[in-house]
Amino acid sequence: MADVISYREAVAEGIAREMRRDPSVVCLGEDIGAAGGVFKTTAGLHKEFGSERVWDTPISEQAIVGAAMGAAMTGMRPVAEIMFSDFLACCWDYLANEIPKVRYMTGGQVTVPLVVRTANGGGLGFGAQHSQATENWALTVPGLKIAAPATPADVIGMMAAAIRSDDPVVFFEHKGLLATKGAPPPPDHVVELGRAAVVREGADVTLVALASMVPVALTASERLAEDGIGVEVVDLRSLVPLDTATVLASLGRTSRLVTVEENPYQGGWGATLVSVVADEGFGLLDAPVRRVAGECVPLPFADVLEEQVIPTVDKVVAAVRNLAAY
Amino acid sequence: MDTGELLALYEQMVLIRRTEKAAHDLFLQGLVKGTTHLAAGHEAIAVGASAALRDDDYVFATYRGHHHAMARGATPEECLAELMSRATGLCGAKGGSMHLTKAATNMLGSYAIVGAHLPMAVGAAWSAKLRGTGQLAVAFFGDGATNIGAFHEALNLAAVWKLPVLFVCENNLYMEYTPIADVTAVPRPAADRAPAYGIPGEVVDGNDVVSVQETVARLARRARAGDGPALLEAETYRHFGHSRTDPATYRPAEEVERWLKHDPLDIARGRLVEAGVPEERVAEADERARTVVQEAVEAAKNAPPPDPREAFTDVWADGGAAWRT
Ligand SMILES: Cc1ncc(C[n+]2csc(CCOP(=O)(O)OP(=O)(O)O)c2C)c(N)n1
Repeated sequence: MADVISYREAVAEGIAREMRRDPSVVCLGEDIGAAGGVFKTTAGLHKEFGSERVWDTPISEQAIVGAAMGAAMTGMRPVAEIMFSDFLACCWDYLANEIPKVRYMTGGQVTVPLVVRTANGGGLGFGAQHSQATENWALTVPGLKIAAPATPADVIGMMAAAIRSDDPVVFFEHKGLLATKGAPPPPDHVVELGRAAVVREGADVTLVALASMVPVALTASERLAEDGIGVEVVDLRSLVPLDTATVLASLGRTSRLVTVEENPYQGGWGATLVSVVADEGFGLLDAPVRRVAGECVPLPFADVLEEQVIPTVDKVVAAVRNLAAY
Repeated sequence: MDTGELLALYEQMVLIRRTEKAAHDLFLQGLVKGTTHLAAGHEAIAVGASAALRDDDYVFATYRGHHHAMARGATPEECLAELMSRATGLCGAKGGSMHLTKAATNMLGSYAIVGAHLPMAVGAAWSAKLRGTGQLAVAFFGDGATNIGAFHEALNLAAVWKLPVLFVCENNLYMEYTPIADVTAVPRPAADRAPAYGIPGEVVDGNDVVSVQETVARLARRARAGDGPALLEAETYRHFGHSRTDPATYRPAEEVERWLKHDPLDIARGRLVEAGVPEERVAEADERARTVVQEAVEAAKNAPPPDPREAFTDVWADGGAAWRT
């Protein structure tokens, strides 16, 4: 295996590892077969596993996710692709009403072990209907697990965990990270869902980020280090389960918290996290909490406008500096 | 159709083709961000259908909608400025290529969620019927859209209410990279479904502007007379790939060649010559279109970028975007 792998390649590699290991793993979605997916995140799967296991579907999001559900209820482990996370809305009944409730409604008789993968987030100038960070949509639904890796190794490790999970998982692949590269993880690398990673240590402020905001947080931390501010960066990696223990432990060291999220402030996952901290970790804090979040507007097209809406390194630096001085 | 009208439609198609070519070139120069879905090859559908509509009819299009916006009154300059993120763009650079909209001419938008606008067209037709305006609503969409739930729901609703709406499918044989035939159970993805909804389903050569105009005019008369919706499948081909990153290598060479020979501009030009229009008149139309697009490119290039504060306008009816007091 090459000594670096891109995030994009890691998606296909992560799925391929599971498909080799477990014949019940199948894929379905639009253009995912011979074309290899519009983001080339399923490249090679069709060639290796054939059209029986890698199913090119029409543009029928309800049918894709509904069929994945039926397959999952009957012994398969489907990995369904919804091309852009904005299109999750087209199959929202399955995601909000059907899939996450079946185990519960049936008293545990029926389970739905599936993964819905989707390309999330902005930064590429794709306009309002192809750019949203929608992980919060899923966060409001009891019964769904939510993965949002930031590195190629995590993509592979979390894909393994998601596919092996007996619960439904919505797997957010960030469009802005697809071209980033990292070391490929060893065979059978599994990153359990619900385990955040401390990706940089620091004593002054805890900065919690997810997906595309992780590199933003790391760049901001480097800049802040020049000012003598030590930032500890926590990559949450999954929203459900939410690793509050790692965040609280980090606050035990820093006593200051900033969250940075791409999605809008209202209803953002940062709100859930800081409310947990206010509830369970108030005594750890030496300062108020700060949330850096996307603006509450649809994503505009032009770069100069998009930059106003999605959190930037500058905004994160300003928020942390402000809090460090509190 | 008289030759004067045909010449005007020809010129409009050339204008669209040249604008699409300009969009492509500007993209390669790094002046167009995001993505584009060019409609080169599809011109006769937008132009022929528009020629059969009233000026106040409603039009809804998809992310592949440059041709519809222009056929319904958007200028090349407004469109190119939008693609180039300029303040003078059709949507103030907030929409981009996929969302060209000119509400002033009842071109009510380009939608990038496949199939989403078909029910909207049904609603617009319902509203026209309630208001007794005699207006029609037209939804243009691709063959791929015929497999999404909204298509089927919209058709049924329009049919039971006998609404004045036309569903015009631009069948270019492919959804993104997948041949429509590989993922559809019937050979005519649109027309074959019409009987299930009790409405007429017709097929037309979508590269012949005259056939499109005549067919749409006939279906429009019928709809305005209260006989309900119709589904028209216009056969066509896209000259470029699906979007800017797609070299379209999945298309067989003979197929591409066959369709490029069946170019809507050539067909219209052939009809003009056959009708005795002198070649100079056609060349003049070509030249006028060339000048308009050249000037549009320059004007768009020279236009200013949007004010960053524009990111926070237009969310609410008060003009702003405030979500809290
Ligand atoms: C609900 C939804 N699913 C998927 C997509 C991604 N997508 C954009 S265009 C397209 C293919 C559409 O093909 P068709 O309807 O034939 O129109 P064409 O592009 O050929 O004009 C797909 C799958 C989308 N935009 N919306």
